[in-house]
Amino acid sequence: MREVQVETIRDAIEEMCISVCHELSDDMKQCLYKAYDTETSDIGKKILGQLKENLDIAKEEMIPICQDTGMAVIFLKVGQDVHLMGGDIKDAVNEGVRRGYTKGYLRKSVVADPIERVNTKDNTPAVIHYEIVPGDKVTVTLAPKGFGSENMSRVFMLKPADGIEGVKNAILTAVKDAGPNACPPMVVGVGVGGTFEKCALMAKEALTRPAGVHSDIKYVKDLEEEMLTKINELDIGPAGLGGVTTAFAVNINTYPTHIAGLPVAVNICCHVNRHITKEI
Amino acid sequence: MDKHITVPFDRSVSESLKAGDYIYLSGTVYVARDAAHKRMTEALEKGEDLPFDIKDQTIYYMGPSPAREGRVIGSAGPTTASRMDKYAPRLMDLGQTGMIGKGKRTEAVKDAMIRNGVTYFAAVGGAGALLSKCITASEVIAYDDLGTEAVRKLTVHDFPVIVVMDCHGNSLY
Repeated sequence: MREVQVETIRDAIEEMCISVCHELSDDMKQCLYKAYDTETSDIGKKILGQLKENLDIAKEEMIPICQDTGMAVIFLKVGQDVHLMGGDIKDAVNEGVRRGYTKGYLRKSVVADPIERVNTKDNTPAVIHYEIVPGDKVTVTLAPKGFGSENMSRVFMLKPADGIEGVKNAILTAVKDAGPNACPPMVVGVGVGGTFEKCALMAKEALTRPAGVHSDIKYVKDLEEEMLTKINELDIGPAGLGGVTTAFAVNINTYPTHIAGLPVAVNICCHVNRHITKEI
Repeated sequence: MDKHITVPFDRSVSESLKAGDYIYLSGTVYVARDAAHKRMTEALEKGEDLPFDIKDQTIYYMGPSPAREGRVIGSAGPTTASRMDKYAPRLMDLGQTGMIGKGKRTEAVKDAMIRNGVTYFAAVGGAGALLSKCITASEVIAYDDLGTEAVRKLTVHDFPVIVVMDCHGNSLY
């Protein structure tokens, strides 16, 4: 049994909140640089140029890349041989978010109740997904999620007879409906299978997979590539003003499902697809 | 084509703008998003005044991140405009001439734009650090309790936007 103090996790989250909102991961940066070179629309290229400049300013001057620094989504994979010590893990995670968003001058975007809507003023609580895994490590993935794109995400409860064509149609429908609202170029996270909530969670977690890394399953990898091509033929383009760069990546996760169903979730993220992982 | 426009502007200036124009805005804009629009609408329903005189003004749909010490504002890019569609026509009917946001609008908004000669500009979503450099002053003027959703008065200089919907019914989307 390995002992891990919850304050270690708290401090890691504080630091991750600040860094992830000011500098994108290398995979996302490379997507933007490459798109700037390949975009054929004048207006699209101009916008991608602004986004490149925006990344430089954000990093150099410590101004968040986007003012919507998101609701903090945290995947916590805890090894079954870990004993968490020193307090309530949920409180520790939220304290890390509180400190990160306060010390990092990040926007406080969370309201305490969906109807009464009073801002909590510290961006807590986070949305935390726990998983118990083999081993004695704790893996923390933080993905602050902006809501321009979150609002355009969808769950489709398809029928088995809809098959892979139904899945393709669902993905393209969600992307077309999202259009300029989701701040394209987007990253499209897809969950196929499982149950209503499982497919949504897979879609969310798919967004944390680096762009360019494909599924290990052959047909899923092919589907990811085909969907990226089809999405980029929609002419939505950067900021929704036309062009060949509508998405940077389509990441699809799958899971066994019921004989009666084919759930599909499409979680859309803008070009500021923030994700960072740390192993403790 | 690129144009430099001073804000606030009146209906005649708005009518000269066409979808597809690149515009650099300089002057004063007011900031309000979801919660502030709800509160302004409630104020109007109670017969109270808005926090500012809306005649000829431009509203920027935005909620900034906090300013670091010595800075004017934090990251300050546009939010999705369609969430304000429920409230926007009423404000346009009171004389608002410009909106800055991102994304598509409803038919009701388009009709109100044509009726009142209002222009809808898009700023690039997710470029909040870059856009913040064009803001030279920021002051909360109402609803401070709303935090990032408070009503702000901004001074902008060469703030880059694109006319995505003009008041003649044309749209880039």
